[in-house]
Amino acid sequence: MRRYVIIGNGISAVNCIEGIRSVDAEGRITVISGEKHPAYCRPLISYLLEDRTDQKRMQYRDPGFYDRMGCEMLYGRKAVRIDKEDKKVELYDGTLQPYDVLCVAAGSHPFVPRLNGLDAVEKKFSFTTLDDALALEQAVDKDSKVLIVGAGMIGLKCAECLAERVSEITVCDLADHVLPTFLDFECASYVQKRLEEHGISFALGDSVEHFGKDPSSGKNEAVLKSGTVLPFDVLVLAIGARANASLVKDIGGAGERGIAVDECMRTSIQDIYAAGDCTESTDVSCGDRKLLSNLPNAAMQGYVAGVNMAGGSAVFDKAIMMNSISFFGLHSMTAGTYTGELFEEKTDTSVKRLYTENDLLKGFVLIGTSDRAGIYTSMIRNRTPLSSVDFEMMKKAATTAAFSAGARERMFGGTV
Amino acid sequence: MKRVYVNEEWCLGCHLCEYNCAFANSGMQDMALALKGKPIYPRIHIEEGEKISYAVSCRHCEDPICVRSCIAGAISKEGGVVKIDRDKCVSCFTCILVCPYGALAPGEDGVMQKCELCLQNSCGEPACVKGCPNRAIVYEERGEEA
Repeated sequence: MRRYVIIGNGISAVNCIEGIRSVDAEGRITVISGEKHPAYCRPLISYLLEDRTDQKRMQYRDPGFYDRMGCEMLYGRKAVRIDKEDKKVELYDGTLQPYDVLCVAAGSHPFVPRLNGLDAVEKKFSFTTLDDALALEQAVDKDSKVLIVGAGMIGLKCAECLAERVSEITVCDLADHVLPTFLDFECASYVQKRLEEHGISFALGDSVEHFGKDPSSGKNEAVLKSGTVLPFDVLVLAIGARANASLVKDIGGAGERGIAVDECMRTSIQDIYAAGDCTESTDVSCGDRKLLSNLPNAAMQGYVAGVNMAGGSAVFDKAIMMNSISFFGLHSMTAGTYTGELFEEKTDTSVKRLYTENDLLKGFVLIGTSDRAGIYTSMIRNRTPLSSVDFEMMKKAATTAAFSAGARERMFGGTV
Repeated sequence: MKRVYVNEEWCLGCHLCEYNCAFANSGMQDMALALKGKPIYPRIHIEEGEKISYAVSCRHCEDPICVRSCIAGAISKEGGVVKIDRDKCVSCFTCILVCPYGALAPGEDGVMQKCELCLQNSCGEPACVKGCPNRAIVYEERGEEA
């Protein structure tokens, strides 16, 4: 009987369990979970603070999942070292977990820079875990002034969910626009405007020089590089994430910023697989090796890892960056790589950008317009030649009617 | 497993399937009361090109990308049918971002909805198929998954 060990208990770990069980009903699965909770949907923590979900509904799987899958759960335990020769995982408490096949699905952690005076700030939080969200909820009230450092997805979702709970929110970022990873200045202005309409303030193109106290009131204040002084009660640090790659890299596993995996989710070390935010893999929209941290990739990688760990055969070679996020009802979708020729269609409330190069759709930005966007996404992931579709029609709206009759027959004429 | 398939050469583009779908999922007894004068939110839609039209609803894929991509764990596959737990959905639209068929869209309440083959509503079998005047939509087995 094969012994499977999974380090991590997030989205990719759960999908890895499902992948293993799709092939092997018998093997023993041990899950090492740093958090004391069953897998939950991390991107939903902001919805939790808006009362748009609750702790029960935000569970990723039903309560019977781990039992049904025959998993041994080690909650609140941390893996500290992998012994690749003896094939054992050493936990923080010194115990050893032997494995035949291992999956590292360790996720990422928030990056917290060294900032002068940060240690003296009492109420400071990250915003990535359920425990972070619950602690932040306790720390704020209707009079709170909140400073959020980082205008990426996490910082802005945090701002959105606190908007009705607190007195003031300011979001600060070194970039001169919001969501700098996904959007340029012009596209970002649509999102920023929506957030500003809901009372959120921005200090962009600026960064914290140090934290201190106002001498007269004793209140926290952030002094920015520009000289601006922002008083605050509660600080949220949402600067970015770092892959938890050290367990594999410490024992010689390949990778730059994450654990390098191939299309079967194998690391460079025998019998060790990896999946999710701790990995780096090939972006099919540009061919580059990079971190491709998003929930769909984590889930698909986890499942493929599980199938292969159990002796089955599966590949995941269609990873791209993609993201769908909304702020106060304004939906933004992005996918792929923004290179090549640009087609753009703008209104006061929406932007559509399609990027094409070498007969391929490379990427897109859709703000305030999202109907059937997955048709565009699948063209990027499948590298569908533009010459095989009516792309003029596709520019107006994503539609499978723009595909050839043969392609439509494959899509709609049988089992897919 | 039986699925909904379209014969695009027979589709009239009449959009009746959209109305029958919206009615079957309305929970109401009277079609006029349910639909008249209101925007409808069907789980099937007509795609129209220059010379073609056909109805598109969920393909109930063998390995559905929407199930893996859902950030809320709200979409699952049970007995071959891809289902959405609308109570868990937070309307992030990630399923719209990934579905290659354009088969998911929000309902009137903004929460995502999709074709579940009318197995849970009063129709009991796909209403789009039952009401199609030209048999352009059929419900049948075509090749089985392993």
